[in-house]
Amino acid sequence: MNLLLGVGGTDDGIRAMERTLDRVDETDDDLTIAVFENTASGLTVDEVVDRVDDNLTTAGVKASVRRVEGHPGSGLVELAEREGFDRIVLGGGERSPMGKVQVGSVGQYVVMNAPMTVTLVR
Amino acid sequence: MNSREYPDEPRGQFPAPPREFVDRRQRSVRVLGVGPHVDRNQATEMLVEMYNAFDPADRAQGIPPTGESAIRDWLGRVLEEDCENVVAVARESEAAVGHVTLVPDGDEHELAIFVIQSHQDAGIGTELLRTALGHGVARDVDRVWLTVERWNSQAVSLYQKMGFETSDSGSFELEMCLRLGASENGVDQTESTG
Repeated sequence: MNLLLGVGGTDDGIRAMERTLDRVDETDDDLTIAVFENTASGLTVDEVVDRVDDNLTTAGVKASVRRVEGHPGSGLVELAEREGFDRIVLGGGERSPMGKVQVGSVGQYVVMNAPMTVTLVR
Repeated sequence: MNSREYPDEPRGQFPAPPREFVDRRQRSVRVLGVGPHVDRNQATEMLVEMYNAFDPADRAQGIPPTGESAIRDWLGRVLEEDCENVVAVARESEAAVGHVTLVPDGDEHELAIFVIQSHQDAGIGTELLRTALGHGVARDVDRVWLTVERWNSQAVSLYQKMGFETSDSGSFELEMCLRLGASENGVDQTESTG
């Protein structure tokens, strides 16, 4: 399978990356990681790319790393459509102080707009 | 990230627990503050029983969790010392039929309310929520926010009736905010114009 993993540097996105790298290590899926700026994370795209590169090295997984400019949700969906990805994988959101699941803005946009399957990692 | 827009004016009078009222089906219900009127352990056991029987269709954003151990974990969090909780108890059965929790989030509190299915549509939610907000005032809670599924018009109108205003409508859920005005006496004067 041809996976597009979106990472914006928020905690749920980092967890989704760690889980996806473990899984890809077993399944040999083709993985592309799209890094975007998520204002909620407070990290720049460069900082997130560094983090992604570190994780790839540690996990010993090969993936191409891309940058998504502009609106992250639409950039991710457009990239996935244009290049024929089977699935978009994203962090499944954070928990509110009392434990309610809150899907982030990028996840909400992608779920509502992507024509392909979307996985939100919990 | 957390820059919610609150109503300018705090809301007025809410009754504080303990109090008792009669619902629209003539059932007597007491509302108790956890801590002052019912101790945490007792409240935990009553609420475990209530949430074990809770219809999963009425869950909101994964809350309450299902299964007793997950319910106990979650109650452990929302019944911590720094949280404010009120429980509605049916006079006849002495069972919990409703619960409001206020969980601190910086200088704000996140609110949620649950009423067991057998006691819905009887006016209990309104009285329970009013009393919980009165409890909040008594415990110096000022800024209260919540999220609610946008299709849940019954809940949205209940919150509006209490004075909650929509602060974010751009997500899957509506976010609503209310000011209780508990910190009028000095802590927060930035929005006070006299």
